[in-house]
Amino acid sequence: MSSSKFSKEIKLFSRMGQRAVFGIEMLKYAEMNSDLMVLTADVSIPAGLDRFRKSYPNNYLDVGIAEQNMIGIAAGLSSEGFQVFTTTYAPFQTLRCLEQIRMDIGEMKNKVCMVGLSSGIVLGMIGTMHCSMEDISIIRSIPNITIVSPADSFELTKLLEASFNYPQSLYIRLTAGSPSPIVYREDYDFKIGKSNTLLNGTDVAIIGIGSILSECISAAKILEVQGISVEVINMHTINPLDNEKLNEIAREKKLLVTVEEHSIIGGLGGSIAEVFSSFKVRPPHLIMGLPHSYENSGIYEEMLKYYELDGESIARKIFDYLEE
Amino acid sequence: MVYNLTEMSKAIRKRSIDLAFSSGNNAAHLGPGLSLVEIFTALYGYVMKISNDMTNFEDRDRLILSKEHGVLSYYAALEYIELIGENDLDTFMKSHSEFLGHPVMNRAKGIEFTSGSLGMGLSLGIGVSIALKKKKSNSKVYVILGDGECNEGSIWESVMSASMQKLDNLVVIVDRNGYQLGGKIEETLDMGDLREKFKVFGWNSVQCDGHDVNDIISKIKSNQNSDKPFALIANTIKGKGVSFAENNIEWHHSVLTKNLYKQALQDIGVVYE
Repeated sequence: MSSSKFSKEIKLFSRMGQRAVFGIEMLKYAEMNSDLMVLTADVSIPAGLDRFRKSYPNNYLDVGIAEQNMIGIAAGLSSEGFQVFTTTYAPFQTLRCLEQIRMDIGEMKNKVCMVGLSSGIVLGMIGTMHCSMEDISIIRSIPNITIVSPADSFELTKLLEASFNYPQSLYIRLTAGSPSPIVYREDYDFKIGKSNTLLNGTDVAIIGIGSILSECISAAKILEVQGISVEVINMHTINPLDNEKLNEIAREKKLLVTVEEHSIIGGLGGSIAEVFSSFKVRPPHLIMGLPHSYENSGIYEEMLKYYELDGESIARKIFDYLEE
Repeated sequence: MVYNLTEMSKAIRKRSIDLAFSSGNNAAHLGPGLSLVEIFTALYGYVMKISNDMTNFEDRDRLILSKEHGVLSYYAALEYIELIGENDLDTFMKSHSEFLGHPVMNRAKGIEFTSGSLGMGLSLGIGVSIALKKKKSNSKVYVILGDGECNEGSIWESVMSASMQKLDNLVVIVDRNGYQLGGKIEETLDMGDLREKFKVFGWNSVQCDGHDVNDIISKIKSNQNSDKPFALIANTIKGKGVSFAENNIEWHHSVLTKNLYKQALQDIGVVYE
């Protein structure tokens, strides 16, 4: 495929956003794989599955607003050899059915790919209830589940492709709305568990996850003008982390910054701090994310500024820290 | 294999009591195990398609013990049909054992899924039932629920779902012994008429005497031509067969001392050696 073809697709994916791209991509896999089952708990349209449910009714099951039952059914299907995806909004995909996830997927190792829609604070205008600031922290504590949050819609397509041959369950955390920011403008190598460097730099490393990476890139560009060289790393897989990359950062950088649209408790920053804490030589680590509190919600772009997770705020906080 | 069902149920009851005794001061779920003896006898001794190589027997019927407090008679039954080996249960409830106080998934030994948290087994059963229908398999799925377990909201999510999916290969057996951990069900969260509840949720449902193996078998066989899932409400006695444990909530989970063990054996007509 030519790069111009990719560039067109990437623009289209960006306009659609991660949710719609999920539903459209699954059409392709249903065509190839009769053992595919896509389950939802009454959110076929938000998950972009409207065409899927009409085209592949035998590979589709809407269980109604019953997330606990959805996870049990998914695990049962998986135990009989089916490739199973489940999807609903992130809080309901994780918290509402957490004990079923723990036992049916974590303990028994029935492989299920759980897709959490609209995680982070993108749905803040309809309230805190639809926001998901705790999902990484909570799912991360359950063994045998890999957590991946794609940087953009194009990375989601690469992740879905990789998920079929991946040996264990996945929690796929989708962020941003539509249109969603473009992080990748051309094709690249994607591997679950292996981070990707988006920008090279020598002084500071910013590690991000999900669509907030576009703000990390903005921050790096602002800092570059101020004479600070910043490497930006896409740590799309949180569990397991790319420890080789973390070792390299510990040796080479004078500051590590993690940025996530998730609580500062137990998410990307927390996971990396757990690894970093045992290194004999390491730089300071700033954890940027959502506060450990339930505050007012609102319009996405405004709330990113309020929580100082926009590019300018990230750059200012890094600059101030280095100047101290 | 053709089993003498009277001998089988007697042996399973005896072995359940032995296992409770062998767990020593760890205590064991004697009451909820003994109410299931005839149900396991009917299923494993007559109704279900099983093999001595369950892992590779695709045509096997699947049994999911959602009510995992029935573990004593479950292990005893699996041992009786020789899926659990002769010495396997020597480690019952000991450290690093495969056979703890709640069952852990072990398909070779006949344990389809881990259970231990109530209200989850029927959803797993639905997933398996859907999978079997997609594979055009004739195998059936048997899910054993407790009546106390029916307190869980997730049970009713799955009850609605099974009839919606027209799962005629799914059989639920409710061990209706009338008690849960804290006391009588009607004084805790009254489940009312469970047969009627399943019926209005779109199931075929009948009652049976849960301690009459022939009644259990004939009621299961009576449900042949239908596109609905089938619920059998088995009226049972918690602690059945043991005088001090019958309908006594203390025996949901308790320690069987040597004297009580002797008494229990005497109650079921076995001589203590």
